[in-house]
Amino acid sequence: MQLEYAPAPESRGVVDLKPSYGLFVDGEFVDGHGTSFKTLNPASEEVLAEVAEASDADVDAAVKAARRAHSRTWGRMPGAERAKYLFRIARIIQERSRELAVLESLDNGKPIKEARDVDVPQVAANFFYFAGWADKLEHAGHGTESIGVAGQVIPWNFPLLMLAWKVAPALACGNTVVLKPAETTPLTALLFAEICQQADLPPGVVNVVTGAGATGQAVVSHPDVDKVAFTGSTEVGKAIARAVAGTDKRLTLELGGKAANIVFEDAPIDQAVEGLVTGIFFNQGHVCCAGSRLLVQESVADEVLERLRRRMSTLRVGDPLDKNTDVGAINSAEQLARIRELSAAGEAEGAERWSPACDLPERGYWFAPTVFTGVSQAHRIAREEIFGPVLSVLTFRTPDEAVDKANNTPYGLSAGVWTEKGSRILQMAGALRAGVVWANTFNQFDPTSPFGGYKESGYGREGGRHGLAAYLKGGE
Amino acid sequence: MARLDVRKTYKLYVGGAFPRSESGYTYEVLDAKGRFVANASLASRKDARDAVVAARKAFGGWSSRTAYNRGQVLYRVAEMVEDRRPQFVAAVQQAEGLTAARAGGVVDATVDRLVWYAGWTDKLTQVVGNANPVSGPFFNLTTPEPTGVVAVLAPQASSLLGLVSTLAPVIATGNTCVVVSSYARPLPAVTLAEALATSDVPGGVVNLLTGSAATLGPWLAAHMDVNAIDLGGVVGLDGAEGSSQQLATELEVAAADNLKRVRRAPAAEPDWTAGPGLDTMTDFVELKTVWHPMGV
Repeated sequence: MQLEYAPAPESRGVVDLKPSYGLFVDGEFVDGHGTSFKTLNPASEEVLAEVAEASDADVDAAVKAARRAHSRTWGRMPGAERAKYLFRIARIIQERSRELAVLESLDNGKPIKEARDVDVPQVAANFFYFAGWADKLEHAGHGTESIGVAGQVIPWNFPLLMLAWKVAPALACGNTVVLKPAETTPLTALLFAEICQQADLPPGVVNVVTGAGATGQAVVSHPDVDKVAFTGSTEVGKAIARAVAGTDKRLTLELGGKAANIVFEDAPIDQAVEGLVTGIFFNQGHVCCAGSRLLVQESVADEVLERLRRRMSTLRVGDPLDKNTDVGAINSAEQLARIRELSAAGEAEGAERWSPACDLPERGYWFAPTVFTGVSQAHRIAREEIFGPVLSVLTFRTPDEAVDKANNTPYGLSAGVWTEKGSRILQMAGALRAGVVWANTFNQFDPTSPFGGYKESGYGREGGRHGLAAYLKGGE
Repeated sequence: MARLDVRKTYKLYVGGAFPRSESGYTYEVLDAKGRFVANASLASRKDARDAVVAARKAFGGWSSRTAYNRGQVLYRVAEMVEDRRPQFVAAVQQAEGLTAARAGGVVDATVDRLVWYAGWTDKLTQVVGNANPVSGPFFNLTTPEPTGVVAVLAPQASSLLGLVSTLAPVIATGNTCVVVSSYARPLPAVTLAEALATSDVPGGVVNLLTGSAATLGPWLAAHMDVNAIDLGGVVGLDGAEGSSQQLATELEVAAADNLKRVRRAPAAEPDWTAGPGLDTMTDFVELKTVWHPMGV
């Protein structure tokens, strides 16, 4: 007997979408002076809203507002008072969590299950965590002096969570911010701006300027921005590093990755397969720390791949708002084209491609979960970040070979190790050149735990006590 | 008849050996009063590349030494400098034009600085690392690890204390390095290389090039197998090619090619007698966070 899932759609009614959105500057929603753009639901290509583009002058106004707020209110406020604002924001996020989750799923294409159970709870947790630091900075080891105005540019894969990773520590340390959300996912940042109003946060402490690359460039290169924080591609990260060269601006970068997920023959295979699936198919693989390279020990490769394929066949791809959906929509046509291009390159270079049979919706941007076997280290799909639900499988014989292959990348964001042998875990954890190592687990995040990369995956850490360093003068 | 002195030509220190510059070029080193002292090798681009290869080769071994062992090795370096104190005093006196008493003070401070960093090797992890109380059943630990190969443009004025103050924290934390000495005052660095070669520092952990930071800097800053760069030696390099600020910017731009960690040049050379901060070490470490489930 074949059991089918009945549709279980989450209601959109909780979200009050406006036809158009302005910028959030100095505590008010204002018109932008650039060319407004549309944000789509990637699952249906339906236009969700029209969003203002911030011009250079708009960015300048936002930076001025942030500067004023830093020198007049926020920067001088006792930490205990800043803390209470952040606790208040955290609480409102919890209260409006369903609305935030549905809006995030609509604008991003991620499954409601993930927006509801991962993104939004983590957002609230980040504000709670950093709220508590605001009046305890003297114990953190980076001094207590804020840097000033932070220009923050965030990506589209976890729109609200990346906002929280940036805004919560910045505010806790007494900085004010000008935030530029991603072009394709601006809506939850604008809803967050509304939450700032609801919390009576002083004007100018948080400013949101929407737009594309040009707006982001205006933010990071503005002469009165003291600190730049960016999460996104390594290519743009390098351009930003060049742009701030020769200035006094402080910079943290959280960039791309090509993580190895290493499965040894003595691994708990069922758990490892779950970890592989989480590692690459969570959030459609739009995860900088995704486990996009499976390194499996030769002796168990066939068994692992068979179980992996079987598990992939049970993944439900489709309507992001359906509570049973595991894999949602690809965020944009542009990203879908990149995933298709790299997958085609994988086939052209001789790797074997496999996807489970799955019906993809006709409208919207979709890509079936895909695994490539017979991948060599020279293949583009083993070297380049695909940022989609595509897993490249390589094999190894000895732990040394696994380490060499895992580290054979300019990136160094994360890595996974699966083995029941404790001493091997610790040896591997030491040898892998990556900022986060997940052993017998993958894609775990927590506000208390620092996240960030080695090598071309960027510098600086977000989260934990270490995350404060990026936003305090003594944190260099 | 007075005995004719033997004039020396000093060599580079790369991979534990003392090669001449492959370019064959040398330059005249003058003392603080402008009198000829000796010839020094003028390191070339190829020498810089060889030094990076040596540093990379040494990284695995040095970074996996125990912290206690690295401390022992650094303490041994302090002993070697102390042992050669008269030679270092003379070198500093000659290079910086100090009185014997003041040059002696500089050497004493240098030895003390080495001892200070020797003691840090097995403490930094405890001071800058910590466990993280994540909201789930996981063991979660953050610890510092060395960044890799670090290019150090050593200070131009403080030829020994400044040099050791920038070099010691880099290797104390487990990095290996390619150091470009002060151009005009290279001989204390050469003497230090001799002390390092007779201490227990493995070959390749410290590679010392004498020559121009303005020439070697751009190659090191753009080198794709260098992980970090200290631009301190740019201070005071104003010359025909432009201001030191321009050079620093150019190097920082080049460093972005592989996202090197950059320690920017200060506005002026610091007072090296002041006690250093933790940042001298934390600028060249990476924080690694390890997760493991508990109870499953």
